Amino acid sequence: MAPTPVRELELDLDAFEGPFDLLLTLLLKEALEPREVDVAGIVLSFVDHLAEREEIDLEACGEFLVLISALLELKARALFPDEAAELDALEPEEAAEELARRLAEYRRMKEAAAWLFERLATERERWFRLGPAPLAPQAERRLALQDCSALAEALRGLAVPPPNVSLSHMALRFPPVSQFLDRFRALLHRRRRFDFDVEVGGLSRVEQAVAFLALLELRKSGEIALSQAAPFAPIRVSRADDERILTWTARSA
Amino acid sequence: MDSPLRLIASNPVDHLARTVEALLVVASAPLSVDELSEAADDDPERVETALGLLRERYGEGKSGIVLERVAGGYAFRASRAASEACARLFERPVERGLSQAAVETLAIVAYLGPCSRPEIARIRGVAADSAVASLVERGLIAEAGREDGPGGAVRYRTTALFERVFGLESLAALPRLDDLGADTGELRERLLEVASARAS
Repeated sequence: MAPTPVRELELDLDAFEGPFDLLLTLLLKEALEPREVDVAGIVLSFVDHLAEREEIDLEACGEFLVLISALLELKARALFPDEAAELDALEPEEAAEELARRLAEYRRMKEAAAWLFERLATERERWFRLGPAPLAPQAERRLALQDCSALAEALRGLAVPPPNVSLSHMALRFPPVSQFLDRFRALLHRRRRFDFDVEVGGLSRVEQAVAFLALLELRKSGEIALSQAAPFAPIRVSRADDERILTWTARSA
Repeated sequence: MDSPLRLIASNPVDHLARTVEALLVVASAPLSVDELSEAADDDPERVETALGLLRERYGEGKSGIVLERVAGGYAFRASRAASEACARLFERPVERGLSQAAVETLAIVAYLGPCSRPEIARIRGVAADSAVASLVERGLIAEAGREDGPGGAVRYRTTALFERVFGLESLAALPRLDDLGADTGELRERLLEVASARAS
């Protein structure tokens, strides 16, 4: 019978079914939680595997011990992540004490579970009704005695007609952009540059907004050049050809 | 015409006993003295006396129905003599198929609860997720808040149904934890013995 490598040992556990090496790969890739793995189940599978063979394969046993130790360490670290450092610092006797304490705690819980099992067996003859409790009656809301005149007063307060809704915004008129286009073109015909803020100073906010749109339109068509010394500083508007001359002069100089 | 059933003739709490009896018949979970007292609109001490009368009347071997003190209250159940007949007609969904892992988890929650799944896993050495989910589904344990701090794990405690299924008057009826399991000192000695044997 040809020896089967330990890594190909077939496992049938609650959390995993397949070869041992695949289990290790999944654990290393963190696709499987170490705490879900039944290490004792793996050991039993290996022992069964050994029992099927006539002679002991020491090499396989050694490999298995190394792998299962690594798996145990992984599981221990996953189960006690915060306590790993603390346990590392323990003296051997303290570690034995800690281990004994934990074993005793678990053994007590196993004993308690055994007691519950026994109790369940002795209480099997007890039958009782199971089911949701009948609904409790809803508490009746009792209103305090009310004064009729107070009630009438409250109703009168509610009966007041609501205030008229303002429709003033409906009448808002937007001047045409073309009006400002003509105005700025005429201005630049007379002067080479002007300050936008000065020109629109006396206008309403809506008119200022429309004037600004006209400014953008002129800039887009390349008729004007815009400059602003700093954010929120006055916007200087000049003829586009004037700006080109200034740039040329600056370069020549 | 038949005369009406009288529990104990001329007893001053006779009428109250009938009311308490009716309340317990309707209830599907144990009722405490306070709950009975409030529902019956009577004094708790008189309710206790009425319950005493009912326990005499509905004792094991006296009636097909038995009044028992369980899960911090009082409840009716079938007599043990009728258990076989009950088993032929009814199912026991709560305790059917309880695994060893589930009962160990139940024991941990009963003794150390409220406790979280990581705490249970620390004691048992394996993840307790499926065991906890199974116990919650059966109604034997229930959520009881969260651990301190942001994102704290959910804590669990046993329910009144747990006490009822296991026939416990309260959690105090569980055996003392100190009386269960091995002595820590003895375990420690054994561990050290094994360690020294390997070292030699």
